[in-house]
Amino acid sequence: MSEARTVLIDPLVDNNPVTLQMLGICSALAVTTSLLPALLMCVALTSVAALAGAAISALRHRIPNNIRIIVHMTIIASLVILVDQLLKAYAFETSKQLSVFVGLIITNCIVLGRAEAFAMKNGVVMSFIDGLGNGLGYSIILIAVATLRELFGAGTLLGYPVFELASSGGWYEANGLMLLPPSAFFIIGLLIWGIRTWRKQQVEKPEYQIHEVHRTEVF
Amino acid sequence: MEAYASLFVQAAFVENLALAFFLGMCTFLAVSKRVETAIGLGLAVIVIQVITVPVNHLIFRFLLADGALAWAGLPDVDLSFLGLVSYIGVIAALVQILEMTLDRFVPKLYNALGIFLPLITVNCAILGGTLFMVERQYNLPESVVYGVGSGAGWAIALIALAGIREKLKYSDVPDGLQGLGIAFIIVGLMSLSFMGFSGI
Repeated sequence: MSEARTVLIDPLVDNNPVTLQMLGICSALAVTTSLLPALLMCVALTSVAALAGAAISALRHRIPNNIRIIVHMTIIASLVILVDQLLKAYAFETSKQLSVFVGLIITNCIVLGRAEAFAMKNGVVMSFIDGLGNGLGYSIILIAVATLRELFGAGTLLGYPVFELASSGGWYEANGLMLLPPSAFFIIGLLIWGIRTWRKQQVEKPEYQIHEVHRTEVF
Repeated sequence: MEAYASLFVQAAFVENLALAFFLGMCTFLAVSKRVETAIGLGLAVIVIQVITVPVNHLIFRFLLADGALAWAGLPDVDLSFLGLVSYIGVIAALVQILEMTLDRFVPKLYNALGIFLPLITVNCAILGGTLFMVERQYNLPESVVYGVGSGAGWAIALIALAGIREKLKYSDVPDGLQGLGIAFIIVGLMSLSFMGFSGI
Protein backbone atom coordinates (compact mmCIF):
# COMPACT_ATOMS: atom_id res chain seq x y z
CA MET A 1 0.00 0.00 0.00
CA SER A 2 2.80 2.39 0.87
CA GLU A 3 4.29 1.84 -2.59
CA ALA A 4 1.05 2.93 -4.19
CA ARG A 5 1.09 6.00 -1.95
CA THR A 6 4.60 6.95 -3.06
CA VAL A 7 3.63 6.51 -6.71
CA LEU A 8 0.63 8.78 -6.14
CA ILE A 9 2.26 11.47 -3.96
CA ASP A 10 5.73 11.66 -5.50
CA PRO A 11 4.72 13.45 -8.75
CA LEU A 12 2.91 16.21 -6.83
CA VAL A 13 5.96 18.25 -5.76
CA ASP A 14 9.15 16.17 -5.55
CA ASN A 15 8.94 14.79 -9.07
CA ASN A 16 6.45 17.15 -10.63
CA PRO A 17 6.09 16.45 -14.36
CA VAL A 18 5.78 20.14 -15.27
CA THR A 19 8.29 21.97 -13.11
CA LEU A 20 10.98 19.28 -12.85
CA GLN A 21 10.68 17.10 -15.94
CA MET A 22 9.60 19.88 -18.29
CA LEU A 23 6.77 17.76 -19.70
CA GLY A 24 3.28 18.55 -20.85
CA ILE A 25 3.34 22.31 -20.62
CA CYS A 26 2.45 22.54 -24.29
CA SER A 27 -1.19 21.86 -24.63
CA ALA A 28 -2.30 23.54 -21.47
CA LEU A 29 -1.19 27.02 -20.59
CA ALA A 30 -3.45 28.66 -23.14
CA VAL A 31 -6.50 27.52 -21.17
CA THR A 32 -5.36 29.11 -17.91
CA THR A 33 -6.84 32.57 -18.46
CA SER A 34 -9.74 31.55 -16.22
CA LEU A 35 -10.26 28.81 -13.68
CA LEU A 36 -13.24 26.87 -15.06
CA PRO A 37 -11.71 25.74 -18.38
CA ALA A 38 -8.47 24.99 -16.54
CA LEU A 39 -10.34 22.71 -14.10
CA LEU A 40 -12.04 20.88 -16.95
CA MET A 41 -8.70 20.50 -18.72
CA CYS A 42 -7.21 19.00 -15.52
CA VAL A 43 -10.05 16.50 -15.22
CA ALA A 44 -9.70 15.59 -18.91
CA LEU A 45 -5.94 15.14 -18.75
CA THR A 46 -5.92 13.24 -15.46
CA SER A 47 -8.56 10.78 -16.63
CA VAL A 48 -6.78 10.24 -19.95
CA ALA A 49 -3.42 9.74 -18.20
CA ALA A 50 -4.84 7.25 -15.69
CA LEU A 51 -6.91 5.26 -18.20
CA ALA A 52 -4.15 5.25 -20.82
CA GLY A 53 -1.72 3.97 -18.18
CA ALA A 54 -4.10 1.16 -17.23
CA ALA A 55 -4.91 0.22 -20.85
CA ILE A 56 -1.31 0.22 -22.03
CA SER A 57 -0.19 -1.72 -18.98
CA ALA A 58 -2.90 -4.34 -19.60
CA LEU A 59 -1.68 -4.76 -23.18
CA ARG A 60 2.04 -4.47 -22.42
CA HIS A 61 2.91 -8.12 -23.14
CA ARG A 62 1.13 -8.05 -26.49
CA ILE A 63 2.47 -4.77 -27.92
CA PRO A 64 5.36 -5.48 -30.33
CA ASN A 65 8.29 -3.37 -29.20
CA ASN A 66 9.15 -1.70 -32.51
CA ILE A 67 5.69 -0.28 -33.20
CA ARG A 68 4.86 0.55 -29.58
CA ILE A 69 4.73 4.33 -30.09
CA ILE A 70 2.04 4.04 -32.75
CA VAL A 71 0.03 1.65 -30.56
CA HIS A 72 0.34 4.08 -27.62
CA MET A 73 -0.73 6.98 -29.80
CA THR A 74 -3.79 5.09 -31.03
CA ILE A 75 -4.87 4.11 -27.51
CA ILE A 76 -4.35 7.66 -26.23
CA ALA A 77 -6.08 9.23 -29.24
CA SER A 78 -9.11 6.96 -28.75
CA LEU A 79 -9.35 7.96 -25.08
CA VAL A 80 -9.04 11.64 -25.99
CA ILE A 81 -11.81 11.32 -28.56
CA LEU A 82 -13.97 9.78 -25.81
CA VAL A 83 -13.24 12.68 -23.44
CA ASP A 84 -13.78 15.22 -26.22
CA GLN A 85 -17.19 13.78 -27.09
CA LEU A 86 -18.20 13.68 -23.40
CA LEU A 87 -17.21 17.32 -22.95
CA LYS A 88 -19.13 18.35 -26.06
CA ALA A 89 -22.19 16.51 -24.77
CA TYR A 90 -22.21 17.73 -21.15
CA ALA A 91 -20.18 20.97 -21.04
CA PHE A 92 -20.60 22.45 -24.49
CA GLU A 93 -19.88 26.11 -23.63
CA THR A 94 -16.60 25.35 -21.84
CA SER A 95 -15.57 22.83 -24.50
CA LYS A 96 -15.87 25.67 -27.05
CA GLN A 97 -13.47 27.72 -24.88
CA LEU A 98 -11.02 24.81 -24.73
CA SER A 99 -11.17 24.65 -28.56
CA VAL A 100 -8.27 22.64 -29.94
CA PHE A 101 -6.56 22.07 -26.62
CA VAL A 102 -8.51 18.96 -25.63
CA GLY A 103 -7.35 17.32 -28.86
CA LEU A 104 -3.80 18.31 -28.02
CA ILE A 105 -3.85 16.04 -24.95
CA ILE A 106 -2.81 13.35 -27.49
CA THR A 107 0.58 14.94 -27.90
CA ASN A 108 0.90 15.82 -24.23
CA CYS A 109 4.27 14.46 -23.25
CA ILE A 110 3.08 13.49 -19.74
CA VAL A 111 0.67 10.87 -21.05
CA LEU A 112 3.08 9.36 -23.56
CA GLY A 113 6.06 9.71 -21.22
CA ARG A 114 4.34 7.81 -18.39
CA ALA A 115 3.17 5.14 -20.86
CA GLU A 116 6.77 4.64 -21.99
CA ALA A 117 8.47 4.93 -18.63
CA PHE A 118 5.99 3.33 -16.26
CA ALA A 119 3.02 1.51 -17.81
CA MET A 120 5.19 -0.70 -20.04
CA LYS A 121 6.95 -2.12 -16.97
CA ASN A 122 4.30 -2.21 -14.21
CA GLY A 123 0.92 -3.75 -13.39
CA VAL A 124 -2.47 -2.35 -14.29
CA VAL A 125 -3.42 -0.92 -10.89
CA MET A 126 -0.04 0.73 -10.29
CA SER A 127 -0.04 2.23 -13.78
CA PHE A 128 -3.49 3.65 -13.14
CA ILE A 129 -2.31 5.22 -9.87
CA ASP A 130 0.84 6.54 -11.57
CA GLY A 131 -1.25 8.17 -14.29
CA LEU A 132 -3.51 9.64 -11.64
CA GLY A 133 -0.56 11.02 -9.66
CA ASN A 134 1.10 12.62 -12.67
CA GLY A 135 -2.22 14.04 -13.83
CA LEU A 136 -2.67 15.58 -10.38
CA GLY A 137 0.87 16.97 -10.38
CA TYR A 138 0.06 18.69 -13.65
CA SER A 139 -3.30 19.85 -12.29
CA ILE A 140 -1.70 21.54 -9.27
CA ILE A 141 0.45 23.73 -11.53
CA LEU A 142 -2.38 24.43 -13.94
CA ILE A 143 -4.84 25.37 -11.19
CA ALA A 144 -2.26 27.58 -9.44
CA VAL A 145 -1.55 29.47 -12.67
CA ALA A 146 -5.24 29.75 -13.59
CA THR A 147 -6.20 31.00 -10.10
CA LEU A 148 -3.55 33.72 -10.17
CA ARG A 149 -4.41 34.78 -13.72
CA GLU A 150 -8.16 34.94 -13.23
CA LEU A 151 -7.94 36.58 -9.80
CA PHE A 152 -5.53 39.34 -10.79
CA GLY A 153 -6.58 39.62 -14.42
CA ALA A 154 -10.33 39.86 -13.97
CA GLY A 155 -10.85 40.05 -10.19
CA THR A 156 -13.06 36.95 -10.27
CA LEU A 157 -12.79 33.24 -9.42
CA LEU A 158 -14.89 30.74 -11.41
CA GLY A 159 -16.78 33.79 -12.65
CA TYR A 160 -17.75 35.04 -9.16
CA PRO A 161 -16.36 38.48 -8.25
CA VAL A 162 -13.73 38.38 -5.49
CA PHE A 163 -12.06 41.76 -5.90
CA GLU A 164 -14.44 44.67 -6.60
CA LEU A 165 -13.33 46.08 -9.96
CA ALA A 166 -12.63 49.82 -10.24
CA SER A 167 -14.76 49.93 -13.40
CA SER A 168 -17.81 48.92 -11.34
CA GLY A 169 -17.10 51.17 -8.36
CA GLY A 170 -14.71 48.92 -6.38
CA TRP A 171 -11.05 49.33 -5.47
CA TYR A 172 -9.26 46.85 -7.72
CA GLU A 173 -7.79 47.93 -11.05
CA ALA A 174 -7.68 44.78 -13.22
CA ASN A 175 -4.22 43.84 -14.50
CA GLY A 176 -4.70 43.24 -18.22
CA LEU A 177 -1.28 41.64 -18.66
CA MET A 178 -2.49 38.67 -16.60
CA LEU A 179 -4.93 37.74 -19.35
CA LEU A 180 -2.24 37.80 -22.04
CA PRO A 181 0.07 34.85 -22.87
CA PRO A 182 3.35 36.26 -21.41
CA SER A 183 2.02 36.25 -17.85
CA ALA A 184 1.65 32.45 -17.91
CA PHE A 185 5.35 32.11 -18.70
CA PHE A 186 6.30 34.51 -15.91
CA ILE A 187 4.08 32.76 -13.36
CA ILE A 188 5.47 29.31 -14.23
CA GLY A 189 9.02 30.65 -14.10
CA LEU A 190 8.44 32.15 -10.66
CA LEU A 191 6.65 28.97 -9.45
CA ILE A 192 9.69 26.94 -10.48
CA TRP A 193 11.92 29.38 -8.61
CA GLY A 194 9.75 29.01 -5.53
CA ILE A 195 9.65 25.22 -5.63
CA ARG A 196 13.40 24.95 -6.20
CA THR A 197 14.19 27.30 -3.36
CA TRP A 198 12.03 25.11 -1.11
CA ARG A 199 13.39 21.77 -2.46
CA LYS A 200 17.09 22.49 -2.95
CA GLN A 201 17.88 19.13 -4.59
CA GLN A 202 15.95 20.16 -7.71
CA VAL A 203 18.32 23.04 -8.52
CA GLU A 204 20.09 22.60 -11.87
CA LYS A 205 23.86 22.83 -12.10
CA PRO A 206 25.01 25.89 -14.07
CA GLU A 207 26.68 24.91 -17.36
CA TYR A 208 29.43 27.44 -16.97
CA GLN A 209 31.09 28.06 -13.63
CA ILE A 210 31.81 31.74 -13.03
CA HIS A 211 35.31 31.99 -11.63
CA GLU A 212 35.53 34.64 -8.96
CA VAL A 213 38.79 36.50 -8.86
CA HIS A 214 39.77 38.37 -5.74
CA ARG A 215 41.12 41.84 -6.43
CA THR A 216 44.52 40.95 -4.98
CA GLU A 217 44.95 38.10 -7.51
CA VAL A 218 44.74 40.46 -10.47
CA PHE A 219 48.19 41.84 -10.02
CA MET B 1 -2.36 37.80 -52.72
CA GLU B 2 -2.56 40.38 -49.96
CA ALA B 3 -4.85 38.10 -47.97
CA TYR B 4 -2.24 35.33 -48.09
CA ALA B 5 0.55 37.70 -47.07
CA SER B 6 -1.42 38.87 -44.05
CA LEU B 7 -2.30 35.27 -43.17
CA PHE B 8 1.41 34.44 -43.28
CA VAL B 9 2.37 37.34 -41.00
CA GLN B 10 -0.49 36.48 -38.67
CA ALA B 11 0.54 32.81 -38.46
CA ALA B 12 4.26 33.50 -38.10
CA PHE B 13 4.32 36.48 -35.73
CA VAL B 14 1.01 37.60 -34.24
CA GLU B 15 -0.33 34.14 -33.41
CA ASN B 16 3.05 32.49 -33.00
CA LEU B 17 2.36 28.85 -32.07
CA ALA B 18 5.05 28.76 -29.40
CA LEU B 19 4.72 32.21 -27.85
CA ALA B 20 0.99 32.90 -28.08
CA PHE B 21 -0.47 29.39 -27.89
CA PHE B 22 2.21 27.60 -25.86
CA LEU B 23 2.44 24.80 -28.42
CA GLY B 24 5.48 22.57 -28.72
CA MET B 25 6.79 23.90 -25.40
CA CYS B 26 8.47 20.66 -24.30
CA THR B 27 10.74 20.47 -27.33
CA PHE B 28 10.95 24.27 -27.42
CA LEU B 29 12.60 24.35 -23.99
CA ALA B 30 14.55 21.12 -24.31
CA VAL B 31 16.20 21.77 -27.68
CA SER B 32 16.95 25.48 -27.32
CA LYS B 33 20.33 25.18 -25.63
CA ARG B 34 22.42 25.43 -28.83
CA VAL B 35 21.75 27.45 -31.97
CA GLU B 36 22.91 24.72 -34.39
CA THR B 37 20.52 22.06 -33.14
CA ALA B 38 17.77 24.67 -32.94
CA ILE B 39 18.22 25.51 -36.64
CA GLY B 40 18.05 21.79 -37.53
CA LEU B 41 14.87 21.21 -35.57
CA GLY B 42 13.34 24.45 -36.84
CA LEU B 43 13.87 23.41 -40.46
CA ALA B 44 12.43 19.95 -39.80
CA VAL B 45 9.33 21.47 -38.21
CA ILE B 46 8.79 23.83 -41.15
CA VAL B 47 9.05 20.96 -43.65
CA ILE B 48 6.67 18.69 -41.74
CA GLN B 49 4.21 21.51 -41.06
CA VAL B 50 4.10 22.50 -44.75
CA ILE B 51 3.25 18.92 -45.73
CA THR B 52 0.91 17.85 -42.91
CA VAL B 53 -1.43 20.84 -42.78
CA PRO B 54 -2.53 20.60 -46.46
CA VAL B 55 -2.65 16.78 -46.39
CA ASN B 56 -4.82 16.81 -43.28
CA HIS B 57 -6.92 19.48 -44.94
CA LEU B 58 -7.60 17.15 -47.88
CA ILE B 59 -8.37 14.25 -45.54
CA PHE B 60 -10.77 16.41 -43.55
CA ARG B 61 -12.50 17.78 -46.65
CA PHE B 62 -12.89 14.56 -48.59
CA LEU B 63 -13.21 11.90 -45.88
CA LEU B 64 -14.15 13.19 -42.46
CA ALA B 65 -16.25 16.37 -42.57
CA ASP B 66 -20.01 16.25 -42.30
CA GLY B 67 -21.30 15.09 -45.72
CA ALA B 68 -17.77 14.82 -47.13
CA LEU B 69 -18.32 11.29 -48.33
CA ALA B 70 -20.98 12.46 -50.79
CA TRP B 71 -18.60 11.60 -53.67
CA ALA B 72 -18.75 7.96 -52.53
CA GLY B 73 -22.54 7.98 -52.43
CA LEU B 74 -22.77 8.40 -48.63
CA PRO B 75 -23.99 11.99 -48.11
CA ASP B 76 -25.32 11.38 -44.57
CA VAL B 77 -22.13 10.08 -43.01
CA ASP B 78 -20.28 12.34 -40.51
CA LEU B 79 -16.93 10.91 -39.53
CA SER B 80 -15.54 14.08 -37.94
CA PHE B 81 -15.24 12.32 -34.55
CA LEU B 82 -12.45 10.23 -36.10
CA GLY B 83 -10.46 13.41 -36.76
CA LEU B 84 -7.93 13.19 -33.94
CA VAL B 85 -6.91 9.60 -34.66
CA SER B 86 -6.60 10.25 -38.41
CA TYR B 87 -4.55 13.44 -38.02
CA ILE B 88 -2.05 11.89 -35.63
CA GLY B 89 -1.83 8.84 -37.89
CA VAL B 90 -1.11 11.05 -40.92
CA ILE B 91 1.52 13.00 -38.99
CA ALA B 92 3.26 9.85 -37.72
CA ALA B 93 3.20 8.28 -41.19
CA LEU B 94 4.49 11.43 -42.92
CA VAL B 95 7.30 11.83 -40.43
CA GLN B 96 8.27 8.21 -41.04
CA ILE B 97 8.16 8.63 -44.84
CA LEU B 98 10.17 11.86 -44.69
CA GLU B 99 12.72 10.11 -42.50
CA MET B 100 13.13 7.25 -44.99
CA THR B 101 13.25 9.59 -48.02
CA LEU B 102 15.89 11.80 -46.42
CA ASP B 103 17.92 8.75 -45.37
CA ARG B 104 17.86 7.47 -48.96
CA PHE B 105 18.40 10.68 -50.95
CA VAL B 106 19.87 13.35 -48.64
CA PRO B 107 21.79 11.41 -45.97
CA LYS B 108 23.66 14.58 -44.95
CA LEU B 109 20.49 16.38 -43.89
CA TYR B 110 19.19 13.16 -42.34
CA ASN B 111 22.25 12.92 -40.11
CA ALA B 112 22.03 16.59 -39.21
CA LEU B 113 18.42 16.29 -38.06
CA GLY B 114 19.18 13.06 -36.18
CA ILE B 115 16.79 12.25 -33.37
CA PHE B 116 14.65 15.34 -33.92
CA LEU B 117 12.71 13.86 -36.82
CA PRO B 118 10.90 11.11 -34.89
CA LEU B 119 10.36 13.54 -32.00
CA ILE B 120 8.33 15.80 -34.27
CA THR B 121 5.48 13.27 -34.26
CA VAL B 122 4.70 14.19 -30.67
CA ASN B 123 5.30 17.92 -31.14
CA CYS B 124 2.06 19.69 -30.22
CA ALA B 125 2.81 22.49 -32.69
CA ILE B 126 2.28 20.12 -35.61
CA LEU B 127 -1.02 18.66 -34.40
CA GLY B 128 -2.02 22.15 -33.19
CA GLY B 129 -1.48 23.58 -36.68
CA THR B 130 -3.77 20.95 -38.16
CA LEU B 131 -6.45 21.46 -35.51
CA PHE B 132 -6.41 25.24 -35.98
CA MET B 133 -6.71 24.71 -39.75
CA VAL B 134 -9.82 22.59 -39.21
CA GLU B 135 -11.33 24.94 -36.62
CA ARG B 136 -10.81 28.06 -38.75
CA GLN B 137 -11.98 26.33 -41.94
CA TYR B 138 -9.06 27.31 -44.17
CA ASN B 139 -9.23 26.25 -47.83
CA LEU B 140 -6.34 24.46 -49.57
CA PRO B 141 -4.12 27.44 -50.56
CA GLU B 142 -4.79 29.05 -47.17
CA SER B 143 -3.74 25.89 -45.37
CA VAL B 144 -0.49 25.77 -47.34
CA VAL B 145 0.26 29.39 -46.37
CA TYR B 146 -0.77 28.71 -42.78
CA GLY B 147 1.52 25.67 -42.69
CA VAL B 148 4.52 27.69 -43.92
CA GLY B 149 3.76 30.63 -41.64
CA SER B 150 3.15 28.73 -38.43
CA GLY B 151 6.16 26.47 -39.01
CA ALA B 152 8.40 29.45 -39.75
CA GLY B 153 7.13 31.34 -36.70
CA TRP B 154 7.87 28.39 -34.43
CA ALA B 155 11.36 28.01 -35.94
CA ILE B 156 12.13 31.73 -35.55
CA ALA B 157 11.09 31.69 -31.91
CA LEU B 158 13.15 28.54 -31.24
CA ILE B 159 16.32 29.87 -32.88
CA ALA B 160 16.00 33.25 -31.14
CA LEU B 161 15.59 31.56 -27.75
CA ALA B 162 18.59 29.32 -28.44
CA GLY B 163 20.67 32.40 -29.24
CA ILE B 164 19.68 34.07 -25.99
CA ARG B 165 20.29 30.94 -23.92
CA GLU B 166 23.76 30.46 -25.40
CA LYS B 167 24.75 33.88 -24.09
CA LEU B 168 22.92 33.34 -20.85
CA LYS B 169 25.26 30.52 -19.84
CA TYR B 170 27.80 33.12 -18.78
CA SER B 171 25.51 35.11 -16.53
CA ASP B 172 25.06 34.77 -12.80
CA VAL B 173 21.52 33.46 -12.29
CA PRO B 174 20.08 32.83 -8.79
CA ASP B 175 20.30 29.13 -7.83
CA GLY B 176 16.60 28.27 -7.89
CA LEU B 177 16.06 30.07 -11.17
CA GLN B 178 18.93 28.29 -12.94
CA GLY B 179 18.02 26.44 -16.14
CA LEU B 180 14.31 25.91 -16.60
CA GLY B 181 13.14 28.85 -14.46
CA ILE B 182 15.11 31.54 -16.26
CA ALA B 183 14.18 29.98 -19.61
CA PHE B 184 10.51 30.51 -18.79
CA ILE B 185 11.09 34.16 -17.83
CA ILE B 186 12.95 34.74 -21.12
CA VAL B 187 10.20 33.08 -23.13
CA GLY B 188 7.74 35.37 -21.35
CA LEU B 189 9.74 38.43 -22.37
CA MET B 190 9.97 37.15 -25.97
CA SER B 191 6.25 36.56 -25.95
CA LEU B 192 5.74 40.17 -24.80
CA SER B 193 7.87 41.49 -27.64
CA PHE B 194 6.12 39.31 -30.23
CA MET B 195 2.83 40.84 -29.10
CA GLY B 196 4.15 44.07 -30.58
CA PHE B 197 3.57 42.56 -34.02
CA SER B 198 -0.17 42.53 -33.48
CA GLY B 199 -0.52 45.97 -35.09
CA ILE B 200 0.71 44.79 -38.51
